[in-house]
Amino acid sequence: MEEKTNKEMEDGNDPEKSPAADQQKGEASEPAAPVKKEPPSEEPAAKPKPAPVAKDPRDKLYKADKAYIISSSPHFHSGSSVPKIMWSVVGALAPATFMAIYYFGMPAVVMITACIAAALVTEIIMNRMKGESLTINDGSAAITGLLLALTLPPSLPVSAGVLGSIFAIAIGKQVFGGLGYNIFNPALLGRAFLQASFPVAMTTWTFPNTAKYAAVDAVTAATPLGQFKFEKIVTDYADLFFGNISGSLGETSALAVLIGGIFLLVMKYADWRIPLSYMGTVFILGGLFWYFSPDKYPDPLFHMLSGGLMLGALFMATDMVTSPITNSGAWIFGVGAGIVLVIIRLFGGVPEGVMYSILFMNAFTPMINRYTRPRYFGEVRA
Amino acid sequence: MGLPTFKKGIHPQDHKTLTNKKPVEVLPVPDEVFIPLQQHIGVSGEVLVEKGEEVRTGQVIGKSEKFVSSPVHASLTGKVKAIDQFLHPLGTKVTMINLEKTSDEDQWDKLSIPADWQKATVDELRNLIWQAGIVGLGGAAFPTHVKLAPPREKKIDTFILNGVECEPYLTADHRAMLEMADKILNGMSIIMKILGTENGFIGIENNKPDAIEVMQKLVTEKYPNFIVSPLQVKYPQGAEKMLIEAIVHRRVPAGGLPMDVGTVVNNVGTALAVNNAIMDGRALIERIVTVTGEGVNDPKNLMVRIGTPFRVLIDACGGMKEKANEVYMGGPMMGFAQTNLDVPVIKATSGIICRETAKKAATKIYPCIQCGSCVTACPMNLLPTRLSSFAESGKLEEAETFGILNCIECGSCSYVCPSQIPLVQLIRVGKLQISEAKRKKVA
Repeated sequence: MEEKTNKEMEDGNDPEKSPAADQQKGEASEPAAPVKKEPPSEEPAAKPKPAPVAKDPRDKLYKADKAYIISSSPHFHSGSSVPKIMWSVVGALAPATFMAIYYFGMPAVVMITACIAAALVTEIIMNRMKGESLTINDGSAAITGLLLALTLPPSLPVSAGVLGSIFAIAIGKQVFGGLGYNIFNPALLGRAFLQASFPVAMTTWTFPNTAKYAAVDAVTAATPLGQFKFEKIVTDYADLFFGNISGSLGETSALAVLIGGIFLLVMKYADWRIPLSYMGTVFILGGLFWYFSPDKYPDPLFHMLSGGLMLGALFMATDMVTSPITNSGAWIFGVGAGIVLVIIRLFGGVPEGVMYSILFMNAFTPMINRYTRPRYFGEVRA
Repeated sequence: MGLPTFKKGIHPQDHKTLTNKKPVEVLPVPDEVFIPLQQHIGVSGEVLVEKGEEVRTGQVIGKSEKFVSSPVHASLTGKVKAIDQFLHPLGTKVTMINLEKTSDEDQWDKLSIPADWQKATVDELRNLIWQAGIVGLGGAAFPTHVKLAPPREKKIDTFILNGVECEPYLTADHRAMLEMADKILNGMSIIMKILGTENGFIGIENNKPDAIEVMQKLVTEKYPNFIVSPLQVKYPQGAEKMLIEAIVHRRVPAGGLPMDVGTVVNNVGTALAVNNAIMDGRALIERIVTVTGEGVNDPKNLMVRIGTPFRVLIDACGGMKEKANEVYMGGPMMGFAQTNLDVPVIKATSGIICRETAKKAATKIYPCIQCGSCVTACPMNLLPTRLSSFAESGKLEEAETFGILNCIECGSCSYVCPSQIPLVQLIRVGKLQISEAKRKKVA
């Protein structure tokens, strides 16, 4: 929006003294009329002459006392910015990150740091390759690294996490054109890549370092969803809520995720329609199955608290870039993801489906946007 | 928060405390004025005076016989110094009549007015409004007599007086309502007689409680059939379509006018001008201008003659601060940036705002992150991000299907965009291209 400034005359006349300025105006405008009348007399020589414009004596009237900024309205801005939004999301993930470190200790710290670092470095390399200015300050790469780390099992080798991070940024985001242009949530795409590449390591879980599990001898554990699916064991809801369970780094504590998520919703950095419709669909649909055969299917509350539903609904499905911009589109997106999730959880070969359900709906986002154009003010549709 | 309003919109900081407690000061008649021939939407007038000719205050100096036009009047007593192209606040050079003051005392050329307006015919009153050169003073400058002459098949049952003043900084209408309430409401009665309507609403945002109080008191005493309607504070509530939705819950159809839903809206300044024309025979030669912003030393509300250079107003307000680097006419949301302070006040000048801003060129524009903020803000329920990208890539047909022509250019989308994308600016370009293409097709 830069604009030209009007600095035409450099005469030393003080603009504040209006009598002087007026006199100047007088001199300037008096001879203007005769000048105007000249062209008819030299009719044959009437060629396009751009020069006289600059010599127009009236321009003396408009001596600029200062170079003003000229831009098209509005001249006001709310002050919101992309980096502000992105770094707020990082901040909103702090409680979940803290709980991950609390439950899983050093390996969590290493994994989170490595994933963020790999994301940032990949972003820089991709920026260089594309010959554009660095974009790590906008915070979006840091979010991808952190989110990815929080979805990984604590026992996953760090090298795998780094690989996922590189994939997420390079293939998930930058090849599409960078921030704003990617179709799929980069962190989830990175996780899908790891799931496909390291199926065993990605489904090997460990218990948190808490008193409850101190006596347990086992090296590996099943997640609550896995336990239910394969052994029909229901985990204690309090443990689910506070995160004292086995699972991915950040998705264990529903409480921590909820705190950050509520912050995002209050700040309007996430559209409330998406988590509400997503979780609402899972609650109702999962509840229906449970109502008709409670011994076969888990109850809706268990659905809410287990797996990565909270993290996915609040932080991944609400990713602005990959979710619809229209209100009705947001409802469709959430309900669709909810249906896909319930189908995977109850009938799929894997216990958890948050990742696939969101990625699935990501693919539909452009189409949803296209077909949910709201009726504009006063529009009469045939 | 139970007050009525329209859907969506934004809440910019209003900055009105700079001037909302300051009574309107009358600026002395300036030494010279520059009066543009065209200050309204419609046909431009012809010059009726010659250089050197003596003029009296209120004398018609330019007019057209076409209906959608509005005459201009001498705003001081003096003589014609020049008739030439001068810089207009909208950025181009247009024909203006430059008048020089010869007498500090106004020698008035008044309109011949009826002894009792209540007994005058509607046509008489409307004709007087035309002769007085009254146009919409809210900023659009549409000739008022045209607005007050709806086609016979459009039955007008509601009149709304627009005292919303939703643009930040501006307080001209606010002060007028406080200080000239009686004249404004009388002007409103005249307008309602012309329209033949019974229902009169006065829309005022809740950030002007004193104005609501003054109006309510007067309405109770003298105008029992009027209804004062306090509104939630929200931008752009002063836009006709938004105001009509807020107060009478009617939706003007896309591409239509307020009269299509039986409603006419006029600004308080316009009602005041109507009163002055019909009661005193005074043509529209002055208006209230808010000179404000952090860049001016002593912000004020001034009653000034049309044609007074901006510089004179700013000097009357203690001049500009050293660091001020941005001046615009109108509010910060829809106002026009100025390159120069020698441009004159026109009928549509509601304010002059001087501010200090960071260089806008330094603002980094990020790609659209599809956050939907603009969608949430748009009062016309459009998708600004889609419209602007259509406009940018020349997909004009798609832009039209998505309703680009309904954009009222309020700037709410650009205001909220976290990526600082010039949304409304791109949409404006798109609208212009579409109307140009249509014109070519017709030709």
